[in-house]
Amino acid sequence: MVIKLDGVEKTLGGQAVLKGVTLDIPKGKITTIIGPSGEGKSVMLKHIIGLIRPDRGRVIIDGTDLTQINEQELNDIRKKFAMLFQSAALFDSMNVFENVAFPLREKRIMAEQEICRWVPEMLERVGLDKMGHKFPAELSGGMKKRAGLARALVMGPEIILFDEPTTGLDPLMAHAIHDLILAMHKTFGFTGVMVSHEIPEIFPISDWVAMLKNGQIIAMSPSDEFQQTSNPVVREFISVNNGIHLAQA
Amino acid sequence: MIFLQHIGKRTLFLIEEMGAMFVFLIRTFGWLFRPPVRIAQIIKQMHFVGFKSSFVVILTALFTGMVLALQGYYSLRKFGSEGLLGSAVAISMIRELGPVLASLMVTARAGSAMTAEIGIMRITEQIDALETMAINSLQYLITPKVVASLLSVPLLVAMFDVVGIWGGYLVGVKLLGVSGGSYWSSIESAVEWKDVYGGILKSVSFGLIISWVCCYKGYYTRMSAEGLGKATTESVVLAAVLILVWDYFLTSVLM
Repeated sequence: MVIKLDGVEKTLGGQAVLKGVTLDIPKGKITTIIGPSGEGKSVMLKHIIGLIRPDRGRVIIDGTDLTQINEQELNDIRKKFAMLFQSAALFDSMNVFENVAFPLREKRIMAEQEICRWVPEMLERVGLDKMGHKFPAELSGGMKKRAGLARALVMGPEIILFDEPTTGLDPLMAHAIHDLILAMHKTFGFTGVMVSHEIPEIFPISDWVAMLKNGQIIAMSPSDEFQQTSNPVVREFISVNNGIHLAQA
Repeated sequence: MIFLQHIGKRTLFLIEEMGAMFVFLIRTFGWLFRPPVRIAQIIKQMHFVGFKSSFVVILTALFTGMVLALQGYYSLRKFGSEGLLGSAVAISMIRELGPVLASLMVTARAGSAMTAEIGIMRITEQIDALETMAINSLQYLITPKVVASLLSVPLLVAMFDVVGIWGGYLVGVKLLGVSGGSYWSSIESAVEWKDVYGGILKSVSFGLIISWVCCYKGYYTRMSAEGLGKATTESVVLAAVLILVWDYFLTSVLM
């Protein structure tokens, strides 16, 4: 297991959000966390990358407990990661090219010439060729997510966290982003952890699916088994979301 | 009882906030001296804090010097001491008005923008994005602003002093007929190095207060548009009050 959460508890603003989350995420697979809104899925994702530290419990990445290391060591661990945020979190003072080139320039792992060759290639892979000069404010929601994905992929991370990557997109664009994530996963072979509401869209692209409810993981299994689960809470959640999906379609 | 509870809660909040502000300052200083030195970022921020504030500082300085000369002239004339107008204007400018008013103008123009910029980056998860790339947000975002303020505010204060003294000259000498020679010679005989040194010390410390308070308020803004608006208002008010309070303490020490 590349990522392991062991009894993670977190209280935010006086409210217990995570109440002992225990989860193993396998290497090289896409694991999707589903669950009702406000259950702490994004909070859990931020624990995995050390943006939030747990009140209790352990977050273990490749055998290193994030709760026991200092800031410098945490930064070393973060070099394995990339994250695609719900809002894409592009730097609005930079254009798309500069956004994607940013981690390469900051970490000085490539010469400027190589960056000028590599970034357009990455933009082409996510369907944003010749869009490098545009600023985030000039992009549609889907284009922002594509640019965010290019920035996440550019450093060749071992693990990518996706925080609701299709929120706010129309069904066609959401489908296109899911296809893109799957294609990039096949090309780069990263370990993916995704938080999403998109049921049933997420099933074909996920290897594993877990459900977070009442601050705990109540079910986790391979994607095809998850859809056939006998757990009544999970079944109800899937059928309600399927209904919403059909109504939207 | 409820009233006492409210006071207690408010006091605890203030103590907690002050502690968090000092921790933020110490952590920022900790990152200030670690490589890489972000020269391009510092120059960009100096352009924003310093160069772009220069017009409003010049305008304020000009009219401050002019009104000071106008008031000073009629007060000094009662004692037949119009010749001391230059020294009255210059000492007021260099010791007090220059550092305080220039810093207040920088707070209003650049400090509020610092809070808004950092606050928006917090709300839109851009700061989190930096952290996930293993880039320390304090070092990348805050330290260039602190260095730029420490360097720019003293330069703006120097500009304020010079323009203010010339404003006083325009009104005192050109408008009210004070002798130009006595205006400049009274400045030369009255202004000491101690006054200039005190002004520089004040302006450097005010530069630190502006960047510290405004960056802190933006960095820890609440995740809403209302929270950002509140943070911006609070940063300007708190920085302005701290400048005035710190000015009193520094003046009493330097006297």
